[in-house]
Amino acid sequence: MSKYILEMNDISKEFTGVKALSNVSFKVEKGEIHCLVGENGAGKSTLMKVLSGVYPHGTYSGDIVFEGKIQRFGSISDSVGAGIVIIYQELALFPDLSVYENIFAGNEVKRGAIVDWNETIARAKDMLRVVKLDVNPDMLVKDLGVGKQQLVEIAKALSKNVKLLILDEPTAALNENDSENLLKLLQELKKQGITCIMISHKLKEVIAIADKATVLRDGHTICTLDAAKGEITENAIIKNMVGREIDDIYPKRSNKNFGSNVLEIRNWTAYDPALGREVVKDAGIHVRQGEIVGIAGLMGSGRTELAQSIFGNPKSYRIQGELLMNGESRKFREPKDAIEAGIAYVTEDRKGDGLFLIQDIKQNITAANLQAIASRGVINDNEEVKISSEYKDSLNIKAPSVEQLVGNLSGGNQQKVSLGKWLFVGPKLLILDEPTRGIDVGAKFEIYTIMNRLIAEGMSIIMISSELGEVLGMSDRVYVMAEGRIKGELPIEEADQEKIMKLATQ
Amino acid sequence: MKPITGKPTPTAPLTEKSNFAAEARTMAKKNIREYGMYIALFVIVVVFSFLTDGLFISSRNISNLLDQTGYIAVLAVGMTLVIVIRHIDLSVGYAAGFMGAIAAILMSDAGMSVYLTIPIILVIGIFLGLVNGFLIAKIGIPSFVASLALYLVFRGALLQVTERTGTILVEDERFNALGTGFIPDIATVGGLHVLTLILGAVFILFFIYSDVSKRRNKLKYRFEVISNTMFTIKLVFVSVIIAYITWVLAGYKGFSWTMIIMLAVVAIYHFLTSSTVIGRHIYAVGSNPEAAKLSGISVKKITFIVFGSMGLLSALSGILYTARLNSATTTAGTLFELDAIAAAYVGGVSAAGGVGKVTGSIIGAIVMMSLTNGMNLMGVGISYQYMIRGAVLAAAVIFDVMTRRKRA
Repeated sequence: MSKYILEMNDISKEFTGVKALSNVSFKVEKGEIHCLVGENGAGKSTLMKVLSGVYPHGTYSGDIVFEGKIQRFGSISDSVGAGIVIIYQELALFPDLSVYENIFAGNEVKRGAIVDWNETIARAKDMLRVVKLDVNPDMLVKDLGVGKQQLVEIAKALSKNVKLLILDEPTAALNENDSENLLKLLQELKKQGITCIMISHKLKEVIAIADKATVLRDGHTICTLDAAKGEITENAIIKNMVGREIDDIYPKRSNKNFGSNVLEIRNWTAYDPALGREVVKDAGIHVRQGEIVGIAGLMGSGRTELAQSIFGNPKSYRIQGELLMNGESRKFREPKDAIEAGIAYVTEDRKGDGLFLIQDIKQNITAANLQAIASRGVINDNEEVKISSEYKDSLNIKAPSVEQLVGNLSGGNQQKVSLGKWLFVGPKLLILDEPTRGIDVGAKFEIYTIMNRLIAEGMSIIMISSELGEVLGMSDRVYVMAEGRIKGELPIEEADQEKIMKLATQ
Repeated sequence: MKPITGKPTPTAPLTEKSNFAAEARTMAKKNIREYGMYIALFVIVVVFSFLTDGLFISSRNISNLLDQTGYIAVLAVGMTLVIVIRHIDLSVGYAAGFMGAIAAILMSDAGMSVYLTIPIILVIGIFLGLVNGFLIAKIGIPSFVASLALYLVFRGALLQVTERTGTILVEDERFNALGTGFIPDIATVGGLHVLTLILGAVFILFFIYSDVSKRRNKLKYRFEVISNTMFTIKLVFVSVIIAYITWVLAGYKGFSWTMIIMLAVVAIYHFLTSSTVIGRHIYAVGSNPEAAKLSGISVKKITFIVFGSMGLLSALSGILYTARLNSATTTAGTLFELDAIAAAYVGGVSAAGGVGKVTGSIIGAIVMMSLTNGMNLMGVGISYQYMIRGAVLAAAVIFDVMTRRKRA
């Protein structure tokens, strides 16, 4: 039998037109901790979804060999049956059930058709001992901290006789202490013969515990580094993560004259009561007139939270700190206040909270500024068609008419509708959150061109992006965020991929 | 701000020679849900007329049918907006019953004038609606639960005010006329109600005028409009329908006050929902509350407005019902809410939010009442009536889901 517990050979996976994985090979030896690293969108999660049967056999090409046998998982329960358990960043626990109920949820200890609760509790205690979690199994999961919840997840995985444990960014939401405990536990489990794959953005962790580290980039396997040979170093990982050629698809801007500060925030902290932690910590940024400020960072680093806390705080964070618009101290109670002050925010998730998918193009474009086409509260329908047609033309939205439902448009065209909606408000500062996610290269270029034209007209832009190429290609100045903090500020002349990635993975 | 390159490129008007059949087909496809409902109503009317030897379509029955629909129809209008913003209001039936009883007490026991009573009741209605809105928007209770609680409260309140005396008679004839009276006549010619005919003619002229001016405005903007032939057909078709209904009603006692009120409510709400900023905000909140919030729309404010309007219309419904019976009873309002909800769904409101027209809900209410009325005329047992109405409700929503899936 080969030394590999898992071999994924030549895996390719395509989503309508986009190749998410091309001929990826990934081999894991029995009993090792193998880290999977790469930028957002490199294909890590897709690869794990292929492995765990979320994307069933037949929807990808290539072979999965687990414990020497070719596997054809049709669903998650198949992969769990084979001993592969994946723990996602978003924990899949039932907050209102007790710890022991959670550990055995879907895998109940039964005698006949009846659940044997005493046996369940006894076994749960054993599991908790293994993961070194000292809590009463009667406790409700929602009363535990995130770190302990993570341990419950692992206990749940262990109860299923796991052979290969996959953790997707397990420490992203944990504090330092909890992270350290978790890493120790993984090493403990390794001694007991459990193989572990960990996806992580924190390179220090990777260096600390990985036996091997495989780097993915743009759906390709770049390399597998071996700790035994001393190959796992920060520089080696970063170099392989970002080694991509930056295409020259970024239109140049000639005039770079920056005015005074349009927006400045100081000592900005946002506490999310729903999550029970600070999502933005002591941040300070400023944006000058006529400037594109890039905010780089990995997913979950607090960039969207920063943007929303500035834009009228729709999620009701508790905010401390000072916000200045054109040098004047301001407080926005709701998005409406921010819009009136001249800020517009194009959201990251255009389908979720950006657009009205069941409404047509014109209704979307005018939604944030209906007053402009109404007199005494009555909308002028013809004016609406006229104005939205103008935006449709100037933004090159491809649709037969402005009466087309937005839900039927392609991603790029939807993004342009989103943009049109906010341009119609006439903002001074435009916040773009992942402006080109999920859209094709042609539409990307169009959006970059529009951004440059807006700057030429005197607007200022904050661009949040996970794509380093875009950040470097479009920004005049770059902030890098990680764990809710601004980790660094780089003038564009000094910024490069490696510097940004180093700050983002601190 | 001006768009980056401000240059409108309106689409060229269709040439008159463009294919008429193709135009009809695209129009039918675009409005399949709406047309489907009108066709369904038409089929129901024809079938019942045939089965009852014309009794169903008689002037007296049509007049009666529309009067019966009144108090449910105004509720259905309010309910449409409630469902559009993804909520529900179960309290409207007993709210109507309770306020109808208060109206009766104010007039009979306190001797208050009808002109004072009606505004007071409407204001109380708005207030009670806002209580619902407060529980839902401010406190954050699910609307199902909040309105269920108020359902119980109103039911108790209705019993409380009526249990001592039982039925409360209303003797004010001006009040009762709202439910049972007809608009006065200036003359009767050949057994026809002349003022009704004049009003009908006014409606037709108004309809033609507003459609023509709308079309002219569009042409001024050089927008695409439907072809002249199609436009003429549409005008003639709608005018004939209005004329026919007017003629049928004029053959009995003409327009009733209930019908006039119903028409006014529909006209006002149709205008509010389709032409105003408030209306647009309501649909925005319904189709994506998160996006609405981020667009600077106050979801709470809209929730208050919609529930306040629901309360107002519940009060109106209570007035119409009390006037119709000439009295307030201990069971007034029972199950009105479910009839209103059914009417809204039959009328094409989507439970997922953001979709639904008040005109649709009115047609839905008339469809449901036609079924009851027609089956009563035929002597169909009440047990079958419920089953058939249930089947029609399910069929309407199934049709909805299927046509929407097809378009997606």
